[in-house]
Amino acid sequence: MIKADLAIIGAGPAGMSAAVAARKKGIESILLLDRNPFLGGILEQCIHNGFGLHKFKEELTGPEYAYKYSKQVEELGIEYKLGTMVLDVTPDKTVTAVNERDGVFSVQAKAVILAMGCRERSRGALNISGTRPAGIFTAGTAQKYVNIDGYLPGKKVVILGSGDIGLIMARRMTLEGSKVEAVCELMPYSGGLTRNIVQCLDDFGIPLLLSHTVTKIHGDKRVTGVTICEVDDNRRPIPGKERYIECDTLLLSVGLIPENELSKKASVTLDPITSGAVVNGNRETTVPGIFACGNVLHVHDLVDFVSDEAEIAGNAAADYIMGKNVQSSKRIKLSAGFGVRYTVPQIVDAAEDTKVFFRVTDVFRKAKILVKDGDRTVLSLKREHCAPGEMESVLLKKTDIESIAGDNIDILLEVEE
Amino acid sequence: MFDVAIIGAGVVGGMIARKLSGYDLSICLVEKESDVAMGATKANSAIIHAGFDAVPGSLKAKLNVRGSVMMETVARELGVKYRRNGSMVLAFNDEEKVTLETLLERGEKNGVEGLRIIDSDELHQLEPRIADEVKYALLAPTGAIICPYELAIAAVGNAMDNGCELKTEFNVKSISDKGDHYLISDGKNEISARFVVNCAGVHSDDIAALVGDSSFTVTPRRGEYMLVDKEFGCVVDHTLFRVPSKMGKGILVSPTVDGNLLLGPTSEDIEDKSDVSTTASGLDTILTSVYETIKNPPSRSVITSFCGLRSTPDTGDFVINIPADRFVNAAGIESPGLSSSPAIAEYVAELLCDAGLVMEKKENYNPIREPSHKFREMSPEEKNRFIAENPAYGRYICRCEEVSEGEIISAIHTNPPARDLDAVKRRTRSGMGRCQGGFCSPSIVSILSRELGIPFEKVTKNGEGSIINFERTK
Repeated sequence: MIKADLAIIGAGPAGMSAAVAARKKGIESILLLDRNPFLGGILEQCIHNGFGLHKFKEELTGPEYAYKYSKQVEELGIEYKLGTMVLDVTPDKTVTAVNERDGVFSVQAKAVILAMGCRERSRGALNISGTRPAGIFTAGTAQKYVNIDGYLPGKKVVILGSGDIGLIMARRMTLEGSKVEAVCELMPYSGGLTRNIVQCLDDFGIPLLLSHTVTKIHGDKRVTGVTICEVDDNRRPIPGKERYIECDTLLLSVGLIPENELSKKASVTLDPITSGAVVNGNRETTVPGIFACGNVLHVHDLVDFVSDEAEIAGNAAADYIMGKNVQSSKRIKLSAGFGVRYTVPQIVDAAEDTKVFFRVTDVFRKAKILVKDGDRTVLSLKREHCAPGEMESVLLKKTDIESIAGDNIDILLEVEE
Repeated sequence: MFDVAIIGAGVVGGMIARKLSGYDLSICLVEKESDVAMGATKANSAIIHAGFDAVPGSLKAKLNVRGSVMMETVARELGVKYRRNGSMVLAFNDEEKVTLETLLERGEKNGVEGLRIIDSDELHQLEPRIADEVKYALLAPTGAIICPYELAIAAVGNAMDNGCELKTEFNVKSISDKGDHYLISDGKNEISARFVVNCAGVHSDDIAALVGDSSFTVTPRRGEYMLVDKEFGCVVDHTLFRVPSKMGKGILVSPTVDGNLLLGPTSEDIEDKSDVSTTASGLDTILTSVYETIKNPPSRSVITSFCGLRSTPDTGDFVINIPADRFVNAAGIESPGLSSSPAIAEYVAELLCDAGLVMEKKENYNPIREPSHKFREMSPEEKNRFIAENPAYGRYICRCEEVSEGEIISAIHTNPPARDLDAVKRRTRSGMGRCQGGFCSPSIVSILSRELGIPFEKVTKNGEGSIINFERTK
């Protein structure tokens, strides 16, 4: 049994940032584990730019952004094991993993940071009817084929879902010489960042069909086409509004799911809305000493915010290991009210200022973000525009939290019209 | 010149090949697809039926009960997962209870052991998730579950280990009787065999017609299924059937041996023997029924849906006979074909003997096949010995199903060899989990390319035409 103060599962942006933060706080014994043969996680296949604008005030590609952290991991001498699949995490923080050098091995850690990231929703989860030919990929899988392996998985492409990876891949496939016929989005708005819609679709004349879905896949051995259909307000296909599009490829960008199978093994309580752990301001889960950050906690829009969140988790894990965790006795539950889908953290305490991240449920214009303690408004912030694709946040000051009378506050939107 | 050519490498063909490989015979198994187990064998309910459905005296009744008894041993020899979880047929009212009584009576006549009708209290005690509206159930403790394609792959593999030859992508177009042998052609290649066995599933009537037998027709009866994430594999323990109708045994809810939950099938006669597409209405039908059968069905955790075609003969029973000299039909094998398959093989061997085939036991016949899931079931210490010897077993490729590169390489080089992505999936379960191959498929394509010595872009999903990548990027 290996011993470590801190075991971190996943060496993507979250895991690396957490490791660096913990080391800077003085934790010597850190073990970073990742199943890929490299540091950086999914950023390595995100060769487009647009990363780092908030964190580093410069525009970086995914690998460049990852390098900012992998360089520090190396310089700080943080131990890592790559090509290593974690198989189990127990509530008492024993991590079991396997790789080709060590075989199956266990690490007894004082604290664990969960940073496993997320996976893409697949075709099966959508129950799209039709055949099951080659040529149906999640956008991320296609991205791996194109950017890492150097092969073209499609020439005439329809994309279902306007999540960011789908939008990025619409541009990527176009630049590789493929024709992207359309991007269909079930909702009346896109789930992606506005800048990606402009830069990846509009600039290339790719149509974004809102309130449309794919209802049938055609083709025996390889996709030969898809039937798309307009949907009504309840997202049900409208009979008579079907249209056949000839294509050889269907890319899916229909949502990301935090990969919390290990968290479940560790008995961590999950939030049914985020599909990630329930955490406090330190990103500590319901199991003391087990922290979570990055897309395994909730799906982020920008990696910059992943890094910030992972620093919080890394710092807090370091404090936990050193027995320095200052926790106020005042614990307040955050409830998502009108217009708010979820908040992270779900619990705050009055130990320090806490930035609360959340997603809105719909596109809103001229909205007010309200933090309410019963009928009393604790905070009120104006927003010209908010959309589900872009994460929102409010800063709760220590004094704000101390002023709360009960053990629950609501975060909600107020819309003028 | 082969002694016997077997047409169709589904579970029936595989079992027959295995049975015959126990004799001093040269055998060739021909299959039109790129891999074995590609028809109804890979898309069915994965049930070993107890045997109470079939009409007493029918081939179905006789072979189901016999097959069900044989299956446990066959599965053990072939290293295939098998679990006797028991099954229940659910009745929602007294009218349906009458059907249960009919089934009970039939089952007893067929020789099925341990059948009894249980009341609401007992059935809910056994299966708390069954809907409150269910009043009675026929409990069949001998019902079991198995992975049908794993069984077929193992049977073919074991037959090959014992000398049987497998020819894939051989789509039989003509069979001509040369007096003492048949010449079988796919239009490009030919094989000669003294005896022929037809187990071509949904196409078995077309194959029979090639030797002039038009005594039966086979209609493809579509069955759609949904598969639920392993997290919900324990929702029920027994296989839960609705009362049967003339279109089949209704939509069941069942655990699988691999720990998923299986929902389906629908039942619909269609015309196109190659149409395995799912339909929106079919998937709706499944969910509607499942919502009646169990409380809080995990309908949001469906990881995939698929469709299979039952080979429904117009005779009402399996067509197992000798329609021409040296030619045996094992045709129209619909449910309970999987359950019956070892018994069908035994019966076909008898018919071949009757038809004049000289069968002498092979001395060095080995009925045992090493389980393909051997590695995953090892203790950590055993795994470490394995990994120390072959580090590929320490490189995990499929995260959802925890499959190592060593297991994938082994699947590519073990009989019957996997030559494409889906073939690797059926042998190792890589890509069968909740991400449905999103993460692992590029790695597996790369392993296939390396192990088969073919370019990356030539690796297919399931044989000719199903290319995954078109070309190198510029």
